Amino acid sequence: MNALDIDYMLGLMPILLSYLPLTLEMAAAGMVLALILACLMAVVRVLKIPGLNALTLLFISFFRGTPLLVQLFLFYYGLPQLMSALTQINGVTATIMGLTLHFSAYMAESIRAAIVGIDRSQTDAALSIGMTRGQTMRRVVLPQATRVAVPTLMNYFIDMIKATSLAFTLGVTELMGATQKEAAGSFLYFEAFISVALIYWGVVELLAWLQRSLETRLNKAYQR
Amino acid sequence: MIALQGLIKRFGDETILDGIDLSIEQGEIIVVIGPSGTGKSTLLRCMNFLEQPDGGRIQIGDLSVDVTQASRKEILALRRRTAFVFQNYALFANKTALDNVAEGLIVVNGWKKPQARERAGELLERVGLSDKANAYPASLSGGQQQRVGIARAMAAQAEVILFDEPTSSLDPEWVEEVLGVMKQLARERQTMLVVTHEMSFARDVADRVIFMSDGRIVEQGPPSQLFSTPQDERTKSFLRKVLATQAPW
Repeated sequence: MNALDIDYMLGLMPILLSYLPLTLEMAAAGMVLALILACLMAVVRVLKIPGLNALTLLFISFFRGTPLLVQLFLFYYGLPQLMSALTQINGVTATIMGLTLHFSAYMAESIRAAIVGIDRSQTDAALSIGMTRGQTMRRVVLPQATRVAVPTLMNYFIDMIKATSLAFTLGVTELMGATQKEAAGSFLYFEAFISVALIYWGVVELLAWLQRSLETRLNKAYQR
Repeated sequence: MIALQGLIKRFGDETILDGIDLSIEQGEIIVVIGPSGTGKSTLLRCMNFLEQPDGGRIQIGDLSVDVTQASRKEILALRRRTAFVFQNYALFANKTALDNVAEGLIVVNGWKKPQARERAGELLERVGLSDKANAYPASLSGGQQQRVGIARAMAAQAEVILFDEPTSSLDPEWVEEVLGVMKQLARERQTMLVVTHEMSFARDVADRVIFMSDGRIVEQGPPSQLFSTPQDERTKSFLRKVLATQAPW
């Protein structure tokens, strides 16, 4: 058994880290867009808006029912064939699109569950003092649903960060793609991949720590 | 002046309100009593469309609506002329006591935040909770939460405050403080429609007591009359049961 080439790993780390921003950018963009889309779908589901509700169900069913990798290939390789305007689509855009649609399907359901979980009488109370449905959602229900949903949503965000590694299959040189190239050059596959694993792990741990402090803050109103 | 005409509410095949006619003068305090499941709460909830009634008319002040044709705007207007106190308090869990009271002033009445909070502070003082202004509902006792609920209803400056069994979820030790606040409101001639099982409150405070059974108003009158000389057999039997456990005098 050969010894682990620590020096190689130490030299490799800064190179890999320089690709971390792209990975995080894709995840952040995907997360923001997915959150917006998921909130809209959750509200459609809760209010059972005719037509849109059925469409949302179909959307959620499809994007939860097929692998992310298949969806990415569909956007990157498949769609341009149908729509010539999309021939310009680059790997990063396709990845963000895929992450957004895929994760929004999951997030919509957990946001919906959080909304439904808020005591119905608070909605009655808001309506009874003359607030509109929209105001009730925005000012009473959603802030509380957020607190309930945050742990799950953070889990999806963590999942999404790791899922950006699939962008490498679309030819994007992000964290995973860069590692693959470096490893292919040096033949030190174990060192390269354990390095990239450590980077992902570190990022996720940092997020988990942020999640805990966020939850503490959101729980302020519920201390007895 | 509030008037209900032929108010009807059904849940599926079951008729919960079977044509309720009721008029309430400004400043009148009305207590609704009756067995459980006879539509007392539903009556209140229909008056502000928390439940959609199936027939009849509701008039509050100069606004009169046919409930089957009420527009969104009319429903909103009705809600702004009524205020509601809930059995389980229903405070906004994410807001402090002060903000629970100020919320409607800001969002519904368009008040500036500082003015709304100042007014909310005055109302909390009136229900004896100045020192709890910055407390969240989870840290308040049931009695305190319900008093915040009443302050929130008072802030709405509604024509009528609807009380839906305001003391039923309370531990006995908190009942008096909530009734005390309600009595204070009654002395100020705030129009109130109160569903309650507190017979002594009905006796002391009500101008008129209404006995409901099976979705109808069976009989009504001043408390002295209704409690001492009930006419209908159902009223007699209900009062016998209730007064066996709590004497109104």
